[in-house]
This record gives sequence, structure tokens and C-alpha cells, in this order.
Amino acid sequence: MMSKFLKWSSSGLPWVWVSAASVAASLLMVVGLIALLAVRGISHFWPADVLQATYSAVSETNEILRTEVIGEFVNSETVNAQQVQATGVVIESGADVVQRQLIKVGNRDITGTDFVWLINDFLQDVEYPPDVVTLERTEWGNFYGFLTALSDSNETILDGTEDGFEQLWVEFNNRLTQVQIIRDQIQEIENRQLADINYRMQRLQVEERRAVAQNSLDDAQKDQFTTMRQVLNSEYEIQRLQLLSLEQQASQDSAAFIAANGDVIDIPLFTIVRAFQPNQLSAAGKFQIFLAKVGEFLTEEPREANTEGGVYPAIFGTVMMVLLMSVIVTPLGVIAAVYLREYARQGLFTQMVRVAVNNLAGVPSIVYGVFGLGFFIYFIGAEIDQGFYSDNLPSPTFGTPGLLWASLTLALLTVPVVIVATEEGLARIPSSVREGSLALGATKFETLWRVVLPMASPAMMTGLILAVARAAGEVAPLMLVGVVKLAPSLPVDGYYPYLHLDQKFMHLGFHIYDVGFQSPNIEAATPLVFATAFLLVAVIATLNFGAVALRNHLREKYKSLDV
Amino acid sequence: MAILKTKNDKSNPRLNEALIATRHRRHYYDMFASKLIAFSGIGLIVTISLIFVYLLKEVLPLFKAAEIERVAEYQILELEDSAALHWAMDEPGLSALRLNQSGSALFIDTQSGEILDTLSLPIGAERDVTTFAFDSDESGVFALGLDDGSVVVAQYLWQSDATDQNNQRQISPTINFLFEVPKPANSTSAVTELAIRLIDTNYLLAITNNDGQFHLLELKAPDQAQFPDEFFQAEPMGVEEIAEISRVFSSVDKLFIDGDGRFLFRVSQTGEAVVYDVKRSFLEQSLAVAAAVELGNGSETITDIQFLLGELSLIVATDSGSLAQWFVVRSEEEIELVQIRDFELRNSSIRQLATEQRRKNFAAVDAAGNLAMFNTTANRLLFRVELIDSQPVDLVISPRGTRLLVESANNHLSYWRIDNPHPEISFSTLWSRVWYESYPEPEYVWQSSSASNDFEPKFSLAPLTFGTLKAAFYAMLFASPLAICAAIYTGYFMTPVLRRSVKPMIELMEALPTVVLGFLAGLWLAPFVEANLLGILSLLVFMPLGIGLSSFLWFIAPKKIRLLLSDGWEAIFLVPVVVAILFVSLSLGPFLEAILFDGNIQRWLSEQYGISYNERNAMIVGFAMGFAVIPTIYSIAEDAIFSVPKHLSDGSLALGATAWQSLFYVVLPMASPGIFSALMIGLGRAVGETMIVLMATGNTPIIDMNLFEGMRTLAANMAVEVPESEVNSTHYRILFLAALCLFLFTFVVNTIAEVVRQRLRLKYRNL
Repeated sequence: MMSKFLKWSSSGLPWVWVSAASVAASLLMVVGLIALLAVRGISHFWPADVLQATYSAVSETNEILRTEVIGEFVNSETVNAQQVQATGVVIESGADVVQRQLIKVGNRDITGTDFVWLINDFLQDVEYPPDVVTLERTEWGNFYGFLTALSDSNETILDGTEDGFEQLWVEFNNRLTQVQIIRDQIQEIENRQLADINYRMQRLQVEERRAVAQNSLDDAQKDQFTTMRQVLNSEYEIQRLQLLSLEQQASQDSAAFIAANGDVIDIPLFTIVRAFQPNQLSAAGKFQIFLAKVGEFLTEEPREANTEGGVYPAIFGTVMMVLLMSVIVTPLGVIAAVYLREYARQGLFTQMVRVAVNNLAGVPSIVYGVFGLGFFIYFIGAEIDQGFYSDNLPSPTFGTPGLLWASLTLALLTVPVVIVATEEGLARIPSSVREGSLALGATKFETLWRVVLPMASPAMMTGLILAVARAAGEVAPLMLVGVVKLAPSLPVDGYYPYLHLDQKFMHLGFHIYDVGFQSPNIEAATPLVFATAFLLVAVIATLNFGAVALRNHLREKYKSLDV
Repeated sequence: MAILKTKNDKSNPRLNEALIATRHRRHYYDMFASKLIAFSGIGLIVTISLIFVYLLKEVLPLFKAAEIERVAEYQILELEDSAALHWAMDEPGLSALRLNQSGSALFIDTQSGEILDTLSLPIGAERDVTTFAFDSDESGVFALGLDDGSVVVAQYLWQSDATDQNNQRQISPTINFLFEVPKPANSTSAVTELAIRLIDTNYLLAITNNDGQFHLLELKAPDQAQFPDEFFQAEPMGVEEIAEISRVFSSVDKLFIDGDGRFLFRVSQTGEAVVYDVKRSFLEQSLAVAAAVELGNGSETITDIQFLLGELSLIVATDSGSLAQWFVVRSEEEIELVQIRDFELRNSSIRQLATEQRRKNFAAVDAAGNLAMFNTTANRLLFRVELIDSQPVDLVISPRGTRLLVESANNHLSYWRIDNPHPEISFSTLWSRVWYESYPEPEYVWQSSSASNDFEPKFSLAPLTFGTLKAAFYAMLFASPLAICAAIYTGYFMTPVLRRSVKPMIELMEALPTVVLGFLAGLWLAPFVEANLLGILSLLVFMPLGIGLSSFLWFIAPKKIRLLLSDGWEAIFLVPVVVAILFVSLSLGPFLEAILFDGNIQRWLSEQYGISYNERNAMIVGFAMGFAVIPTIYSIAEDAIFSVPKHLSDGSLALGATAWQSLFYVVLPMASPGIFSALMIGLGRAVGETMIVLMATGNTPIIDMNLFEGMRTLAANMAVEVPESEVNSTHYRILFLAALCLFLFTFVVNTIAEVVRQRLRLKYRNL
């Protein structure tokens, strides 16, 4: 045995295994991380079963605290018994560790918190009642309880005990659908008509201010402005009345629910986003709700200080910023690469420039952010404001963080990536190809335009994709040059000039930072952050694999030329 | 170009005109394109280098010396009437107010010396001013000690009148009588020394008179709210006396009360200083001595003492030309008046001091005609000029610190402009321990902003730099062994089939947004590690043991089993092993904790070794940032190892070396420059990483190597503070300095790495 051990240790095998274990650990970390994001992110949308149980714990004063719990199981963990006892719960069994589980009990308006930690040993009569209803609401988070009655303008029209639950549930769903249609109409009015009036009102104000500033405001014009304002005001009044009547119509219906603690709560249907009975749902039914929730996540506005609802504005902002950045970075990067590889005299200087460009990719992104803020916003932006938007001063137009500056900053950040990739592509094209073209009488530019660039285009694409992938994931510089936690409107809309380069925007990465670290109810927001993180990682991983595939394809394609 | 040179139009008549035109056009296109490309290419490269230039441009003003320039000089004969009690300047420094001993006040235009107005001090007729004290230029409250033993408290205010024809704001002073402190019973002797301090709504007054009687009073003005609005108060306010202490002093000493009203300082001509605790004195109804100290060296005479902004520090000037800052230092149970630092002017008697109203600067003039300004925090001489043939007697600095007025003998006045935007910066404020006001000892502190006006900014980059290096250190500690080992295995042992899929997989880590890593570290890993600390720490022991054991078991296993796993596939086989070890460690953790550490390792650590545990700590950052750095190091190191020419290791193997021996003695020495450059680039990335640190630590700027404490890094600090710093302020420029430092550091590190890598490539090519 001993000799075997000595032989083993001198063979170098342990070291090989240790290094193999490093590979295994690294792989596990990547796969584990992505799996964690995927599971936690996707499970956020899957309607969970709702349990009902009795929880009886013994307090220090030997009182038995008995509470009813209705909620979703979130996760469980093993904790030290002493830590639990420190919180005032008596554990009799004398065990060193106890199992406890986190239950999402919702009903924040009643209980104050969405989540409770419960010790497994004290949970009794755990069951999954089929009638329990999960409500997703526009405020106060989820609600769990039992539907008992439905009322219209404070008059009970259906009662669960009298009319049977089936009928009640059907009628509840019918009315909910109607209310949701009204809610859509209200949203339409708020987002379109009222926004439109608002916009025209603002234009009017700007015009008036300009006229005042130029001292060209005579009485006739003054009257004109007044009448226009009156017209707008009356239009606004019409819309407002319609809005009021719709709101009233929508808020008539309400439903009574019994919460876990036995209280009967009246919930207006107007505040309910979605209602379902998770324990009765078949897999297909759950999948349907899952799809609906994913759809909501991708296409809706956020609710409740970004902790619920969708991330559509963040997706839109990210895409918009990345698109603008691509438009800026591609020509610049390609031209610089072409210059370095095809036009500049190859020598020590070009070599130095190449090293410098390469190194710029390693400069911390926050430094670019600081530069963008100082140079683009406080210097160039302020100059633009002085020159073109002096009407609006002192409130800045371009002298404040915004979409354009964010795109420019990120373009600067990613331009080395495009240069390096394009140069690599240009270097791969054999000189025989260029010489052939020149020998046939083409000029240098023609050779470049007709022969070299098309052949290098996959490399440019690779560079661009890598740049986009990097830009989509960067947050630190954006925090200085343009993102906000909640943008009032999208940077593209129906009003002139349609693309608002000066506007601040939302961003998926910043959304993760903001909701995960700045929101008051972090526990409730965490699942949504996981979902957002998964979305971001999925997009970026796809882009990266795309780039890798493109690069491999490119290498294969020109292998034959490499002779 | 080539085409045009070879063509010969005249000798070839068949070449028609159109073709020539086309050729010309093509030639011009070509010329134009090459110009354009060269222009744009160079333009972009210049733009990129602009980053460096711009950062430098923002930073340089920090290190520019202060400038001072004489604007005007004039004589005002009216000054001859009496000595100045106090000088005050308006906000921009365009006019000044001189309170005269004779009971009047002169309002002058500082640029021309023209007398704009003459006001009178509210002392009534037939009384003379014997002494003067003022609270601060911010409140404008001052006290006049009179020859009949009473004290008048008044206030000067700058009022901006309606704008005049030239749209210029007119600023003029008014002097309001606030109240009179009645003279003590059965005494009419003149007031000799006086101190006043306004604290919220109460006035603290310390008075000595010619009989040696001393009074310390706390007075309450009835309705402070009237103050700002009613400038012309006819009736004196009624005053309610809260407390009073009386006793008799033998010598006539100067009196000062600090800004909090906590301490009363009594300083004799020769520099013996006694500090009394005001609150305790009132409580005990007798003066309670808190500390006593000698301010000078005994042979010097104190010529002037002034409070620095904030009224915590005393600047003491002597006739031998020494200048020193003193403040009260409170350590546990002990109160001391300590000399914090001293300043050099020349060896001539200091005539007068003046302090700035918004910054910790002060100016001094001496008998030899030197004028100098100092910053106390930076311990720095800002400028020194010589006043030509004049005997300075008094000086005043404008509230913004941009103008200065010096009164000299013979009613001579000189008016100066100062350009001094960043006085608080010196090498020592950025990188050394600094003794800040009301700190018990010199410390490294980063604290850039505060609600109060008289705040002493603390701009030590040391804790931030330390935090940056600490985070990078732990990240590298975690990442480099893992990444290099993984690179060795992938580059040398792994079968090519596996390598093709494993390498992009690990490199995918690099593309993961750091905000996601930071989020997971802060919200998932940090609580997880806190709950399973021992399980995680025990991995350090279990992981090598487990791997070693499994390797040994495999080594002694029968050949049949060993053949199941061909060389180069160990990594896949080890995945379940690693998972199993992880699982065992984590599930053993709570039991081990209960047995070895009383059930709570964090508490055990803090009780046994005083090591505190913070949920978001350096270990979490090490893991998360290590995760971000692994792919960088791995990718470059793997390239270096993989491209070592195969015939070298083949030769070694042929000579009988084991695989590990040929790796260790042949391949690694060849690839080591590449591995070095991989580590450098990894370090560069770790130093500049922002989001992970921002989210995974508590962001407290402390200097503490403890693995379980957080830190604040330069990058995270920028992300937090740049948006809220005022443009072009000192704070803003220091943040730019931090950016410049990061830029230069990463640039240098990356350049070294790149150069090393290129030389390595050359070496491989030559083999």
C-alpha cells in the first residue's frame, strides 16, 4: 500500500487530477450559474401550488401560537437551532439543526410582509385545497384566499354558499374579463389621448415662451394662444370625464375573499390583474398561465416600483441604445481597422497603435462612463444647449444624461472590439487576393471595396456582435450617462422628432441593479430580478455563440485560401 | 496609382476619351478614399487618445498653485480716525465694511477705495468701545465691550437692494442693534476682553472687565425668528438670562468660545491657555477646567488668535513668526488642547490673521510685509507675496475666497484677487494620514460630502486604493490557481474533442454581464455563504483531500476500471466527484459548526479573535470577481500552453519523463510569460470592475484586510459619487483623478502583458 502511495505521488497523477478538477469546477460554475438563473428565472412565471396549513409554535412564555397559513412554498434550508432560538422560538427536541421553509403568504395589505419563515416541525395539516385562489393585483402584491361572494356597487349579487361555488367562479371570471377590457380602454386614453393633449400643450407653451423672448407677442397672437389653450383644455376635460366614467364603471364590481387569518376582504376587480385556482389547474392550464405571464413580462410596463409586471421599457431601451451604438461604432471601427491594416505604413508606430487599441478594451468601463459624463454631457452637451436649445435653459436638453450620450460612450467603449475583430479578418485575407485584383487593373479602393471588404464582412459582423454583447451587459458607465430606474416614456414615440436622443431610458442591466438593490421589498422583487437576469444572459449568450459560430464559419471558408 | 503611371495616353490613340475620363474618375475616387480613410482612421485614434487628454485636463487644475494678483491700491485718509475692530467683505468682494473703534463703520468700494457710506455702531453717545468680539461672518453677530462695563450685541447684514440701471445688484450693509447686556451690579469698570457665540437661539458671552471680574452668561433672545426679516429693529430685544458664572481673574487674557459652545478658551499674552468645559461649569456653578497647555514656547508673545471655519480649531500666531493650528482632542475621558500642525511664514512677528468663510484656509500678514495663505487640512502654503514698503495691520478675505483686502499703516489699502479653487489638495491629503478636526488621531478617511457648511472634506484616496487592491487580491487569490490549473489541463492533457467544447464554455463566463454576477453575489451568494460559512471554508480542506483520494483510488483500482477512463477525459469524470465533495462539505457544515464552534462560527470568530463578519464581504467579492476574471486568465494562459510546440514535450516524453514532468519542466517554463501576461490582464480587469463590488460589498471605505469585511473601491466610488458631485469642484476633479489612476494602471498593466505576449509569440515562431 505504502509503495503504491509513493508511486502514486511521484507519478504526478495527483496534480493532473487537481488540474482536471479545476476544469470540472469551472465548468460547474458556468453551468450551475446559468442553470440557477434559468430555474429561478423561469419558475417565477410558473403558477405554483398553494398550500394551506396550521402553524403552531411555542413561544418563550409557553404560549402556543397558532396561525393559519396560505401560501406558496419558496425554498427550504437547514439552519442552526441556536440561531432560530435566538429569535424567540422554543425548539424542544434539542436538535442541533432544524429545517425551515420560506412561504410566500402574500396579502401584504393585511399582514405587512409577503414572506414568512416557518419551521417544518411546527407545520401541521398541510393540504392543497382545490378552491384556493391566487390573485395577482396591481398593488400590494399577490393575494391568496377563498372566493366567497361577488358584489356590484356594494350589493351582493352572488354568494358562494347560496349559489354554489361553480357559478360564482364563472361569473367572477366573466366580470373580471369585462373589467380588464375597461382597464385597457383607460390605459389607451391615458397613454394616447391625454399624452397627445399634453404634448400639444407643451408645444404651445414653448412657442409662447419663444414669442415672448423675441418680443413679438402682440395682442392678436396672445388671443390666439389663449383660444388654443382653451380648446386643448376642453378636449382634456372631455377625455377626463370619459376616463372618470370608465373608472367608475370598472370600480363597481368587487369580490369578497377569505384570507388565511379568517378575515373577509373585499377586493375591487379593478385591482386584479390575473386570478386562477392553481391547485385545480392541469399542466396545460398552468402552461397557459405561464405563457401569459411570460408575455406580460416581455411586453408590459413595470408595476409597483418595478418589482412586478413587465420589463418592456427596459428591453426597448437596451435595444435602442445598442442599435444606436452599432450605427456609430461599425463605420468608425471598420474604417480605423482598414486604415491600420491597408493604408497605414506598417512599422513601429502602427504596432504601438495596435497595442494601444487592444489595451483600451481592458480599460475599466467606469472610466469611459466618467469620460462620457465629463466630456459628452458637461462639455459638448452644454455647448449644444447653449447653441440650439437656449429656450429651455436653465433646464438642460442635451446637457444631461441621455440616450445619445449613452450610445456614444458605449461606442467608444466597444470600438476596440470592432477594430480588433475587423483587423483580424483583414489579416486573414491572403495578399494574393489583393494582388490579383490590383493586377487586373483595379485601384486600391476598388480592391478594398469590391474584394477585401466583402471577404472581411463576416469578421466585421463578429466584431459587431461581440461589441453588442459587451454593450448590452455594461451597466457601470450607463449609470453615469443615461439610464434611469423609471423612464416616463419610451425614447421613440409618435411625436416629432420621433426618436428622442436626449431622453433618459431604462436598461435591463440597470433594472437588475436597481430592483435588486434599491427597492424596499427586495425579497418580493428577487424572482423578477432572476427572470430579468436570465433574459439578459440568454440574449448575450446567444449573441456570443452566434459570434463564435460566425468566426468558425469564416475560418472554414477561407481555409482554402490560406495556402 | 499604378495604373495611371503605366498608362501612356498619347502613344495609344485607341484609348478613347471616355475611358480616360473613367480612369481619371477612378483615380480621384481612389485618392479621395485613401485620404478619407486615413483621415477618419487617424481621427478615431486621436479621439481615443482624447480620453487620456481629457481626464488629464480635468485633473491638472487640482495641482495648480494658487494665484494672487494685486488689483488696486489706494489710501483712505478717513481711516486715520481710529483703529479697525473688524473688517468684513460682501459676497463677491466688491465692497467692504470696516467697524471702527470710534463707534462708526465705513462702507467702501474695494476697487476704488471710495467711501460709499458711513454708518454708526449702536453704542449710544458718550460711550467708547474698549473691546470687540464676533461670532462669525456668516451670522454677522458681534459684541462691543464698552468703557462703562456694558456690552452691546449687534449684527451686520449684507442686503441686496433692487437692481440698478445696469442690472447690477447693489449690496449694502446695515447694522442692527440686537440687545445690550447690562453691566454688572456695583461696577462701572470698562470691559477688557470679550467672547460671543451664537448657538441656535442662545448667546454665550464671556466678559472680563478692568476690575478682573469675569462673567460667563448664557442668554436667550426672545424671538429669533424675527431676525432675518426685520432689519431695522428700533427696540432692543428683551433678553432672558439663562445662566451666569462670575469670578475674578488676575490677568487680562483673551477669551474664545468654540462653535458648539462647549469650550471656553482663556489665553494669556505669553500663551498659557486654559480650556473650560462650559456645560459642566454651568452645572457646577464654577469654572470647570478641562485642559491647560502652553501655546507658545514660553518666550514668545501671542499676537493673534482666530478660529478657523467651523470654530473648532484655533490658529495661533506669535511674534516670532510661528503659526500653529490647535484643537481640542477628546479621547476616552481625556480632553486635551493639542497642536495639530504648524505653518511656516518667515521669522517675523505675525501681525494679523484672517480666516476664510467656506474653506479651511487662513491668511496671515507679518511685520516684514509678507502676506501668505495656508490650508490647514492639506498643511499647505497656498501662496506668499511681499507687500512692498508697507506695514500691514489688518486683512480680510471675501466669503467666496476670491478677494483679499490688506490694510497697512498710513491708511494704505491694497486689494487683491485670488485664484485658488482647490486649496484642500496636496499629496498628503490624498495619500497620508491626516489629523482631521474632532478626530482623536490622524487617519485615512474618505468622506466627500456632508450636510453642514463648515464640513472639512476628507479626500484620502488611501482607503479606496486599499479597497481596490484588496478586492483584486482576493479575486486573484480565488481565480488564478483555478484558472491556471484549468488552463494547464485544457491546454496540455485534455483530448481535442473535449477541448473544442469546453473552451468556449468557460470563455462564455467572460460574456456574462457583471451586473448579473454582482446581483447573484449580493442577493444569492452572500446569504448562502453566511448560512454555510463553515461548509464553504471546509471546502479548502475537503476539496484537495477528496480529489487526492479519488485519484489514489483510481490509481490502485484494477486495470479493468482504469481502462474505462481514457486519458484526457478526467475532467468530465471529476464533475460528479466535485459535486459530491461540495455536497458533503455543505451538509457537514452545520454539524461541524455545532460541535466545534458553539453553533455559530461568526459569533465564535468575533468572540475569540475579534473578527467581525459582514454579510457582503471580501470573500463574496473574491468569489464573484474571481468568477469574472477566471475566463480572462484561462483563455490567455491556455493559448500560451497550447501553442507550445508539440515536439518539445514529445522529446521530453521520449526521454522517459512522465506527462507531468514534461509539463512542469518543459512546457510551463516555455509558456510562463504567457501565463504571466494572463495574470496581468486578469488583474487589470479585477482592479477596474465596478458592478460586482458595488453590489457585493457594503461599500464602506475602510482599511481592513479582514476577509469578512467589505471595502469600497475606486471604481465603485466613482459610480456612486460622480453623478452627485458638483461639476469642476474639488470632489469632481478628485473623482476624475481616480479615473485617471485606474486608466493608467490598467493601461500600463495591459501594455506589459501585451508586449510579453508578443515576444512569446516571436519565440514560438522561431522554434
